[in-house]
Amino acid sequence: MKAPPFAYVRARELPAVFALLDRHGDTARILAGGQSLMPMLNMRVTQPGVTIDITRLPGLAGIELKNGNIHIGALATHAAIGASPVIRQHLPLLADAAAHIAHPAIRNRGTFGGSLALADPAAEWPACCVALDAQLVLASSAGTRRIAARDFFQGLYTTALQSHEVLSEVVIPVPAAGTRHAFIELARRRGDYAIVGVAALARSQQGKLCQLRLAYLGAGETPVLAEKTSQAFDLIDTFEKALTQAQSTLASELAPAADLYHSAATKLHLARVITARALKQLVQLAQPAA
Amino acid sequence: MDTELDVSFTVNGETLTRRIAVRQNLVDFLREELGLTGTHVGCEHGACGACTVRIDGEIVRGCLLLAVQADGRRVETIEGVSQSGEIADLQDAFHKRNALQCGFCTPAMLLTAQDLMQKNPNASREEIREHLSGNYCRCTGYQAIIDAVQSTLAARSPRGVSQS
Ligand SMILES: Cc1cc2nc3c(=O)[nH]c(=O)nc-3n(C[C@H](O)[C@H](O)[C@H](O)COP(=O)(O)OP(=O)(O)OC[C@H]3O[C@@H](n4cnc5c(N)ncnc54)[C@H](O)[C@@H]3O)c2cc1C
Ligand code: FES
Ligand code: FES
Repeated sequence: MKAPPFAYVRARELPAVFALLDRHGDTARILAGGQSLMPMLNMRVTQPGVTIDITRLPGLAGIELKNGNIHIGALATHAAIGASPVIRQHLPLLADAAAHIAHPAIRNRGTFGGSLALADPAAEWPACCVALDAQLVLASSAGTRRIAARDFFQGLYTTALQSHEVLSEVVIPVPAAGTRHAFIELARRRGDYAIVGVAALARSQQGKLCQLRLAYLGAGETPVLAEKTSQAFDLIDTFEKALTQAQSTLASELAPAADLYHSAATKLHLARVITARALKQLVQLAQPAA
Repeated sequence: MDTELDVSFTVNGETLTRRIAVRQNLVDFLREELGLTGTHVGCEHGACGACTVRIDGEIVRGCLLLAVQADGRRVETIEGVSQSGEIADLQDAFHKRNALQCGFCTPAMLLTAQDLMQKNPNASREEIREHLSGNYCRCTGYQAIIDAVQSTLAARSPRGVSQS
């Protein structure tokens, strides 16, 4: 189908975006990479009064290390994050996750901010941001506020972002030296949205994992930080025992919804499978992830 | 706030200035206003990849970009890339290896494969598959397409050796 008629503004600076959002409220839609909004327009599931193109706003596509934090501008593309040496060095979890997002042509335009604002439960960036304890910066004519990724995602495609606000950047603390990561995802085909996936971080001390953080995608209405499961994985015993404990705890924290191809029970099973793969990778019991 | 906009950009090296309805996507503009029908339209929601074009040298989905967003940019389509001879060897390999049947997916396959070959001249078979994963082909079963890309890569490599 073809997009319905709408008005269009190419914004030159953030204050102009704020003014339009204040004036038009819910009928205005921000256009970033367009890789989710354009399909919605073409299928006419959304009909904005005015579309505000923010892709040419200056200074919103940076990826920088400042005072122990990585600042990622909302307009940084999936491709730019995947190719960034700063990300590879300091946030390798994101570098690994980028390769799972859609396909090269889509990664060239889709943005970090757009993915977070959309809050698809099967998307990679929201789960990574929860695992990494990212802070999202929301800007409006009233100023800026910061919100933790955990509090930002509130439900299915629902976030703390208000209609007068723009997600301008994300601030991610660089994990402590020695932090290990694993990003494991199952999809029907390369580039499809995940059936289920996990972003995992931990530190390893004398062969033990500590500060384990497991954030799941495709396992609920929002990214799920599985805190009890992380605690249940206690390596005082053997790896196998600890893994079994973690896997059985998982059911109390994940509530995956069935989709066209997978029942909720299948998804939970698959979540257990990728949990094992992630934990093996973290403790470096080198196991190929196939 | 506009529903039509005056924009100017280059298509296959030629500068054009037009007034374009903002809701028109780039692939519809190329096909319907410029008659460049080599870029195809399949799904119109980003799934099939048939609408692939290059903007400032990078491949994008033509159905997921408004034509007015090309303002000031360099747009290249299969017609331009074909006529310049840039992918003549790849086209030849597609022909020789039966990498197309109905041809619907072919222009986008060629542009996507060329993108990979420029970025990763040593791409493995697995990497070729991965790079082409966003392009549907309903005829060939993909093997012949991968073969054609792989043999072109080998022929382009200075050593002329397959890297798989
Ligand atoms: C075939 C296909 C496969 C895909 N597969 C995946 C996948 O596997 N994983 C995945 O994560 N994604 C996938 N995507 C979606 C893609 O990652 C999008 O890029 C992303 O969801 C949205 O980012 P965008 O920049 O394109 O945003 P847009 O489409 O421009 O916007 C999306 C929404 O966010 C709002 N928005 C955008 N930026 C901001 C901002 N800075 N502040 C406030 N609101 C904003 C918009 O108003 C809109 O409502 C896929 C898309 C396609 C077409
Ligand atoms: S027509 Fe653009 S991806 Fe199918
Ligand atoms: S040759 Fe027919 S779709 Fe690919």
